[in-house]
Amino acid sequence: MHVFTDPKNFDAYVSGFLWILKLTGASAATALVLGVLLAAMRVSPVPVLRGFGAAWVNIFRNTPLTLVVFFCYFGLFVTLGLSLSQDLDLNVFWLGVIGLSTYTSAFVCEAVRSGINTVPTGQAEAARAIGLTFGQTLRIVVLPQAARSVIAPFGSILIALCKNATIVGTIGLMESSNVMKDLINFNGDAVIQIFLVFAGTFAALLIPTGYFFGWLANKLAVKR
Amino acid sequence: MRMKRMAAVAAAAGLAVTMAACGGDSDEGGSSTGATGIVGKAESQKKLVIGVKADQPGLGLQTGSQYEGFDIEIGKIIAKGLGVDAGNIEWKTTVSANREPFIEQGTVDLVVATYTINDERKQKINFAGPYYIAGQDLLVKSDSTLTGPDQLAGKTVCSVSGSTPAKRIQENYPDARLQQFDSYSKCLPLLDGGQVDAVTTDDIILAGYAAQDQYAGKFKVVGSTFSDEPYGIGLKKDDTTGCEKINEILKAAAADGSYKAAWDTTLGKSGTPAPELDTTKLTHCGA
Repeated sequence: MHVFTDPKNFDAYVSGFLWILKLTGASAATALVLGVLLAAMRVSPVPVLRGFGAAWVNIFRNTPLTLVVFFCYFGLFVTLGLSLSQDLDLNVFWLGVIGLSTYTSAFVCEAVRSGINTVPTGQAEAARAIGLTFGQTLRIVVLPQAARSVIAPFGSILIALCKNATIVGTIGLMESSNVMKDLINFNGDAVIQIFLVFAGTFAALLIPTGYFFGWLANKLAVKR
Repeated sequence: MRMKRMAAVAAAAGLAVTMAACGGDSDEGGSSTGATGIVGKAESQKKLVIGVKADQPGLGLQTGSQYEGFDIEIGKIIAKGLGVDAGNIEWKTTVSANREPFIEQGTVDLVVATYTINDERKQKINFAGPYYIAGQDLLVKSDSTLTGPDQLAGKTVCSVSGSTPAKRIQENYPDARLQQFDSYSKCLPLLDGGQVDAVTTDDIILAGYAAQDQYAGKFKVVGSTFSDEPYGIGLKKDDTTGCEKINEILKAAAADGSYKAAWDTTLGKSGTPAPELDTTKLTHCGA
């Protein structure tokens, strides 16, 4: 473990995983909002919105994330000049968040939509019968019940998102996978240890996350 | 739509970390003379795997399935000296960060990939050569006023993560803002678009990029090198015989003109005259 006793390497390791956590947090929040909006579009009575939602999901769910992130940097930033921060790292970070949340929102949308399908049709019909609008029906009756059945899929999406965050390394952010490559490059004698530490850190972060979501899903499930 | 109560079955998946053993012939030796290392492999199998760069015009560039450049020509000279035909060389793209691992794991037999000889690397692998002495420099837009690394404070510089040039900028010019990618090809559009002020690596690599058609006349190499980068040929740490043999081959190539021919057909096209291969500077092969 001589590699990680060197404070410089240890700092790099910590900052790499901090980037991953920041990417995951920011993208998860954005993707959640976007995904719920998209799901609302896809079940709405307005054909244009339905079409938009469907197109979004089909495009981003079927494009490799590497390409999406690559486009965010070389398309949005380099070609179109969209600069999100004066700070180099932060700029790459936010461009990465755009890519990750766009991509992940498609998956969130589909999870929410499947959740909506678990709510008995009678619920929505009853809501309409007492005079609620589409928005109110969704907000007050359907979504709260749907949300409780999509906890587990959300957990899977979050875990995938956290691992996907390493892809932002390809556009030059020193996140954990880049730090790992660097450490391996300068410590060729400790490749396996370095790899195990990085893989182990991901496992230590994500295995409890999985259990937590499983527990929460059980606790909140609508018992029908 | 009566939903049955579902019992959640939590399947705890054990994390099976399979360390895939990287390919590569482990059966060395077995030659008639009992030689091991690359000499043995060349004798017994008549083939070699050489790690090269794939994205450095003039040095190691992959077009389709073909590789071309100065490093490639050097690789061919060495293979020929070891008795392996150019057709029996398997070229393998080896990015900077993969060079030592590929040698150590036997994925490649040799690395000829703009590989700077330094003490850190010598602890893991053996170096033959150098076959060329480069120096770190800056590539800037043709109208740029940058004249050297001392003016980099506050400027954005692009380089490759895990490479010697990137490390040198971090250590010696900490005020420069360093943008790192996994290949220099990604740096050029940024220099072109003005998102970075300079690209830094060895002068010879930069010259190769500046000479590309799509960037003709857009960039210039500043021309004030701030390091010595002796390019060596990497091979397994214990392969002293192979290392000495390569140095002999290089000496012979310098004497019979094949070294100059290798230069003239590749980097020489940029108008730079062939350097003299200084055979007095050749390594002692870890002995």
